[in-house]
Amino acid sequence: MRVMVFVKATKDSEAGKMPGPEMLAEMGKFNEQLVKAGVMLDGGGLKPSSKAARVRFSGSERKVIDGPFTESKELVAGYWLWQVKSMQEAVEWLKRCPNPHPGATCEVEIRPLFEEADFQ
Amino acid sequence: MADPVRATLEAVWRLESAKLIAVLARIVRNVNLAEELAQEAFVAALEQWPGTGLPDNPAAWLTATARHRAIDVVRRERRGAELAEELSKDMVSRIDPEADEPAAEDSLRVIFMACHPLLPADARSALALRLLCGLTTAEIARAFLLPEATIAQRIVRAKNTLAEAGVTFEELSRAELRRRLPTVLEVVYLLFNEGYTATRGSDWMRIDLCEEALRLGRVLAELQPREAEVHGLVALLEIQASRLATRTDAAGRPILLLDQDRGRWDRLLIRRGLAALERALTVGPERGSYTLQACIAACHARARTAEETDWRRIVEHYDELARLLDSPIVELNRAVAVAMADGPQAGLDLVEALAGEPALAGYHLLPAVRADLLARLGRHDEARAEFERAAALAGNEREAELLRERARRSGIGG
Repeated sequence: MRVMVFVKATKDSEAGKMPGPEMLAEMGKFNEQLVKAGVMLDGGGLKPSSKAARVRFSGSERKVIDGPFTESKELVAGYWLWQVKSMQEAVEWLKRCPNPHPGATCEVEIRPLFEEADFQ
Repeated sequence: MADPVRATLEAVWRLESAKLIAVLARIVRNVNLAEELAQEAFVAALEQWPGTGLPDNPAAWLTATARHRAIDVVRRERRGAELAEELSKDMVSRIDPEADEPAAEDSLRVIFMACHPLLPADARSALALRLLCGLTTAEIARAFLLPEATIAQRIVRAKNTLAEAGVTFEELSRAELRRRLPTVLEVVYLLFNEGYTATRGSDWMRIDLCEEALRLGRVLAELQPREAEVHGLVALLEIQASRLATRTDAAGRPILLLDQDRGRWDRLLIRRGLAALERALTVGPERGSYTLQACIAACHARARTAEETDWRRIVEHYDELARLLDSPIVELNRAVAVAMADGPQAGLDLVEALAGEPALAGYHLLPAVRADLLARLGRHDEARAEFERAAALAGNEREAELLRERARRSGIGG
C-alpha cells in the first residue's frame, strides 16, 4: 500500500525559517534509509503559505485567494509518498524520523491512499 | 489485525528482520541458524510484549534478545570463551540499533545466499521472501496459492541444501558478486511475473507479490549501484507496475497494452522507471537484456496514445535483444513490433519462419499473433482457425475466452 505522509507547518516554517544544517543532515540520513529499504517513492519540502494560492470553489464560481494563510497547524510543510506493507509499518518508520521542526512540537500525519482494490 | 502489539511487532519485524539476520549471521557465521535465532526473538517478543507492553525501542529489544541467544550458541559450541567475552562486550556498546546496522555487504550476502544457484528457482523465491522481505510462511503460501506446508517444506529443504553444501555466511568477492548477480535478478524478475501474470487466484493478492519484488529490486539497486542491469530490471518493473491497474477490466478480462487507458497509468512509477533506465544507461556501458526490455517498455510509456508509439525504435531494441538472447519468444515479440512498423505482412513473414520452432510448440501466443496478423490482412477464415487453436492452448481461462471471442468476431469485420 501507499501512504502520503504530511509534515505539518509550524510558526517558524511559515515564517520561512530554513532548517539548520544539522537538521538537514539528520533528515538526509533518514531519507537515505527510506530509499535503501525501498520505501520512499517521492517526497519534498513545501515553501511557506505566503507563496501559496488557493482557488475557492463555490457552485460555478472560482475565487483566487493568495497566501499567507493563518491556520498553521492545518498547513502542510512537506510530504513523502511511501510504499509500505501496512499502516503499522508506516508508523514504525515515522517514529524513526527526526523531529522535522527541532525543539518545536509538530505533527506528522500518515494517510493511506485509495488503491485499485478499494474500487472493486 | 485486532491485536495492536502483534501488528506493531509484525511491522518492526518487516523493517528489521533482514538486518537482524545479517547481524546474527555475522556472529554465528551461519544464515540458517541466524534466521532461527531471529525467529526465536520474534516469538519471545510475541510472548512477552502483551504482558510488559511495547518496549520503548522495539527494534533494539529484538536485536539485543537475538544477540544474547546468538552469543549463547557460540558459547555452547565452544568457539572459545574469549570470543564470547569479546562479543558480549561488543554487545553492550552496540545496543543502539543505529550502530547495529550492518554494512551494506552483510545485506548483500544475505540476498545472494537466498538466491544461491544451488537452490531450485521456487526455493529461491520463497527464501528471498522469507529472509529479505520478512514475510511469514503463511503469507508466502498465500502469495503462491500453495499450502503452507509446501512452502515450509521448500524452505527447510533449501536450508538443508545450503547446509549440506557447506554454504556459509561468507565474503563474496566483487567477481563472485558479478558472476552470481544474474541469478539474483532472475529471482526478483520471476517474483514480479508470478504476480504480474495473474493466472490464478485473487488478483489483488498477486499485486502484493509485484510490490514485494519491486521493493526488493529497489533495495538491490541501492546495494549494487554500479551494476547497470540492476537498474535496468528496476526500470522494467517500475514501468510494468505502472500499468497494473489497467491490465484487466472490471470483470478481470485482460486488456491489451494498446487498448489500455493510458490516463490511468501510474505517472509516478513511469517517472521512477524512466529515471532508473537513465541510471542503467549511464552506468552502462553495454545494454543487458533487462535494460533493453526496459527500453522497450519505456517506448510504450512515453507514447501518450497508442498511435504515437515509436515502433521503429522498438524494433531496433528487439533487434539488439534478439542478438543478445537468441530466444524464439523474443523473435515472436519482434515480429509483432515489425508488423506495427512495416505492416502485417512483414510481421507474418517472420512469424511463419518461427512455425517449426520446437521451443514455441504449444505456446498459445504463436497462433494468437499469427491469427491477429491474418485478421489484419483480411484472411478471416485462417484467422478464425488460428484464434481457436490459440484459445485451446491458453492456460489462463480469461485469456482463452478473449481468444475465442476474437475467433467469433473474425470475418464479421473484427
